[in-house]
Formats: sequence, C-alpha cells, structure tokens
Amino acid sequence: MEPLRFIAEDGGTSDRLPFSPEELVRGYRAVARARYFDERALTLQRQGKLGVYPPYRGQEAAQVGAALALEPRDWLVPSYRDTGAALTHGLPMSQIILYWRATPAGWRFPDELRVLPFYIPIATQLLHAVGVASAGRYQGEDWVAMTFIGDGGSSEGDFHEALNFAAVYSAPMVLVVQNNGWAISVPTEKQMRNQRIAERAAGYGIPGVVVDGNDLAAVWHASRQAVDRARAGEGPTLIEAVTYRMGPHTSSDDPNRYRSPESTAAWEARDPIQRLRAALGAMGAWDDEREQAMLAELADEFRAAVQEADDAPEPEPEEIVEHVFESMTPDARAAWEVLRHG
Amino acid sequence: MVETSGAPSAAASATRSMTMVQAINDALDVALAQDPRVLLFGEDVGMGGVFRVSDGLRDKYGEERVFDTPLAEAGIVGYGIGLALAGMRPVAEIQFAGFLYPALDQILSHLGRYRHRTRGRFTVPMVIRAPYGGGVHTPEQHADSPEAVLAHVPGVKVVIPSSPERAKGLLLAAIRDPDPVFFLEAIKLYRSVKAEVPEGDFQLELGKARIAREGNAVTLVAYGGMVEVCLKAAEVAAREGVELEVVDLETLTPFDADTVLGSVEKTGRAVVVYEARKIGGFGAEVAARIAESAIWSLQAPVLRVAGWDAPYPPFSAIEHHYRPDARRVLEAVRQVLAA
Repeated sequence: MEPLRFIAEDGGTSDRLPFSPEELVRGYRAVARARYFDERALTLQRQGKLGVYPPYRGQEAAQVGAALALEPRDWLVPSYRDTGAALTHGLPMSQIILYWRATPAGWRFPDELRVLPFYIPIATQLLHAVGVASAGRYQGEDWVAMTFIGDGGSSEGDFHEALNFAAVYSAPMVLVVQNNGWAISVPTEKQMRNQRIAERAAGYGIPGVVVDGNDLAAVWHASRQAVDRARAGEGPTLIEAVTYRMGPHTSSDDPNRYRSPESTAAWEARDPIQRLRAALGAMGAWDDEREQAMLAELADEFRAAVQEADDAPEPEPEEIVEHVFESMTPDARAAWEVLRHG
Repeated sequence: MVETSGAPSAAASATRSMTMVQAINDALDVALAQDPRVLLFGEDVGMGGVFRVSDGLRDKYGEERVFDTPLAEAGIVGYGIGLALAGMRPVAEIQFAGFLYPALDQILSHLGRYRHRTRGRFTVPMVIRAPYGGGVHTPEQHADSPEAVLAHVPGVKVVIPSSPERAKGLLLAAIRDPDPVFFLEAIKLYRSVKAEVPEGDFQLELGKARIAREGNAVTLVAYGGMVEVCLKAAEVAAREGVELEVVDLETLTPFDADTVLGSVEKTGRAVVVYEARKIGGFGAEVAARIAESAIWSLQAPVLRVAGWDAPYPPFSAIEHHYRPDARRVLEAVRQVLAA
C-alpha cells in the first residue's frame, strides 16, 4: 500500500490535488497555528509555566488535516498527544494551557464543544468513540466521531475490540492512526510484524487507507472521504497517517537515549508546514507579508491565552472531592469539610 | 423522557408473584418503555440472555434497543461508556461477574472517573448488570463475587439486591441514577424464591441500607445472597429466644454507615457475612467502620463469616463448604454472645 500524497516534499503538487488554493490557505493557517501553539507550549513548560507536556512537532498535518474534515456537530476523541486536532476542532488555547497546567479550571471543556478530554490510558478512547458514534443514530443526529491512536496503541486489545464493534455496528467512526515511528523508545518494527497498520482494516471488513501524514492535503482528503462515508451510513474507516514524532515523547523524555539525531534529521526535509508553504508559494497564494501578519496574529492569540490561563482561579483543596457523583456521598461531604476548613 | 433523579415512587398497589429473574425483566421492561434513551445489550442478550433475564424484550422493543454484542467485555463496557457520554442510558449485561475482568481497564480508568476529570461536563449514567456468587454448582469461574474490587473504584455505585422486590425497585433506581452503577445479582436467588413484587413503576432508593429483620442481641450485616442465609440463622436463633437483627446493605457504595452503626449501637455485637474471600472483602470495610465509629458500643469483637482464603472452588461436591451458611453464621453468633 503506497501512501496517498498530493504535495511532494519539495512542495510540488499533483495534478489531482483536490483542494483550491483558498482551501489550502485555510489548511495552512490551521496547521501553522498548531505548530505555533506546540512550540510555545514547550517553551512555557521549560519556563516552569506548564506541567508535563507531550509535544506533537512533526505530526501537525496528520492531526489538523483529519480534524479539518469535521463539522462542529462531529465529535473528537483525542489521546494526550492530539492537542493539534483538539485546537482545530475548537478547543481554545487557554483551555489547553490550563489542562496541561493540571488545574481543575482547564478540565471542563466548553459545554457546546464536542471534544472529549485527552485520554492517557492507551487505546481506551477508541471504544468510547464507537459508542459516541452509535449514539447519534438513536437521537436522529448524523454526527461522526473521529478518534486517534499511535502505532504503539495499535497493539492494545481495545484497538481490536473497537474496530470490531465499529464494523459490526457500522458505526460512523473514523480512526486515525498516527504512525509516528516510536512508542516512547520502542520503534514500530518492534511493535508489529506488518508494514502497514491500515492493512489490518481488512481483518474487520472495513476500508483502510494509508496517507502521507506530513501532507496536509492527503490527510484532509482521506479524512473528508471517511467522514462522508460515515455520515452516509457506510460505516467506519481506518486511516494510517505515516508521520514522525520529531520531539520527545513528553517534556520529561530525552529521545537521544534511544534514537540517533540523524534518523530525526532525515524527517526534517519532510516537514509538513514547510512543504505546504512551498506549495502555496508556488501557487502565488502565500507570501512573506501574509506569513508575518499571521505570525503576529498567532502571537496575540497565544499571549491572550496565557493571560487568560494566568487569571484562572487557583484550585481549592475541597475540589478534590467534588464531581465524584452528582450528589456528594456522606463520606465525600465529610472529606469536603475537612479539606475546606482544615 | 423521565426525570433522571428524584424521590422514590410510592409502591404501586397491585403486586404479582415473581422470581428475581422475572422481577429484573419487569424492571427492564418498565425502563425501556418509559425512556427511549435506555438500551440493553451484552452477550446473548438478544435471545434473552443465558439466565433469560431479557426474555421477550428484543421482540417488544426491537433489535436497535435490545441487542447482542461481540464477545468482548472491555468492548461492552467501553462501548456503553461512549453511548452514555453522548446522551444514552446504556444497561449492559456481563454474562457472569467472573467474566468482568477484561473490562477492568475501562472500569478503573474511565467509568467512575469521567465526571470527576471533566468537572461535571461529561457523565456516565450507565448500569452494568452481572450475575455473581456461588451455590448452584456452576462451572469454574462462574461463581466469583468481585464486589470489593468494584466497591474500591471511586465514582461508581455498587448495588446488590436480596429479593425479587428489592431487585426491581433498586434496578429502576440504578437505571435512572445519573452516575454509573454496578448491579450484581446473586445467581442463587434468581429462581429460588418467588415473592410479591409491585407491578408497574416501582423505585427504591440507592445508598440506603435496610433492616431486614429486627432484633436486639447481635447485628448481622449482609447483602445479596447472604441476606437469605442470615435470615435463616435469625429464625433458628429466635427459636432459642435470641433475636438477631439483620441489616441488608443493598448499596455497598455509597456506604450507608448510619444504618449499620445505629444497629450495632443498639445490639453491641456484630457479625459481617459475605461470600467473597474474607481478606480484603467488603465486609472488612464494614468491620473497620464499626471499629472506627462504634467501638465503645461493642460487647465483643466484630467477627466476619466469609469465603475461605482460596479461589471459589470449582468442585461441586464440596463447594458448599466455601459459601457461608446459617450454621457458620450461628457459630459466630455464639462466639460474640459468649464474649
């Protein structure tokens, strides 16, 4: 299975490119915004102004391209690394900063937004995405649920159970596997014998497609087709986006302990943002002036987000025992009093 | 749509004689009829389930609302969580409580944590039913009592009824509860008794223990299949003029300490009875609560009568030595009365 690609590493575009320059500009803005956030978030972390943070540098096109295919009524079910996808589906920057500051104010996402919280236990979110997808059918809704996993996560049992449930119930679900080469320190070749994760879709009787995960147009197009299929009642799709995790697993990880800088450098040339920018430049749809204006806007947005996060209330100890059940149990009530009044 | 919470309804006037299986089926029927968000699913649930608990419901409510799942317990629980997150009221069946273990990741990582980690934005109003316990010569691993494992999970409720009437009223309360509830059904009680059960809508209150029999000499604390055993022990003791009080916990978590402590303060003696392995069982929590809050009322040490320090035995001829019976309960009663 050869990965679907519309934009080559040098920015050259295929004749079959299924997007207008205007659409690609929209895509570029979204992917550049995701990178901007990721870079600044890691800097905040290094300054001690964010907790542990899992960067997604290198995977922006895989995440953003997929999320661009969603409508606001669709659900996004992200793992902890899928901040770029969540950002694209409408999660505000300030919320993400507060989330990774591990403060309660960041953990209640806006009510109208259909983004589930970031998932830590690997692959467990996939089953929830199937359930969320099916739930629409009972309510006369045509929403689609999109969820994400990595190459490592495809080894989990929940990966299998979720694909099987989705297939059996023909659930309107799209599963995007970001094959980024590494599960912390374990390379993909130690994770599985097969070359292509998308090939496994055949085992569930559903379509599987491979895309160049660093080509925004390829990811977006494949995702749009999968979302359309799902919405039309034709069931789930497995998309494998071949990409690379350029940075550490999290801000606590040092990838030099398990992989050579050279292996990472080879992927610099395939950078998803530079590639798209080169393509847009060649089309005459983007230039330095527009780039500078966009960066200034992003700087403003990020600064405002940090300010908003800084202004959020400090958590109180008694919040620990709140929101366990709708009504507080007698034990939680007693604990609340102790935490509140010492 | 119905209210998701609220006061328990008054008992309907008409009653009908039912087994616990029939009472649970009746509760599911009421819930499916009243609330279009209620869905029923699990392995073999479509044809009625291996214990016939969902008999006739697929025919009545259709394949979309009462359906079979692939044979995968983590899938059943995880799928249900997703349905609940997006507005449904899933009622999942795990065929036997001993088959629940593949789903523990979903239960421990998500089921009880969702409301807390989203600060109330998302909730999981889901019920997971499972038959549990021994006493009917089931094959290996069909007789486990994992309630302590489940009761240790924050954010989930654990409910275990002791009779057909209680099963119906508590299950309807569980389905209407805004939070996840485990509903464990003692296999031994499924068909062993028939009793009068209110017809139509009938809801009891979660989080409340009840006095199943009043007495003054010793408090027996039990739940599920052990309530029957304790009532039997109390009958025998009464013939000798000793009145035992039987507290039926019904809801293990949230734990109703007041009812248990009130009884122990009255009798001054307590025996806790459960059929799971004694060490680390839910009865240990009950005994600890009594020690923490009612020790000055005690005339004797709190004793536990429970499963031995071994897996539930798959050996039919001797399995009755594992599950507590009235004789073992009365031995403990004699000990606390002699102290």
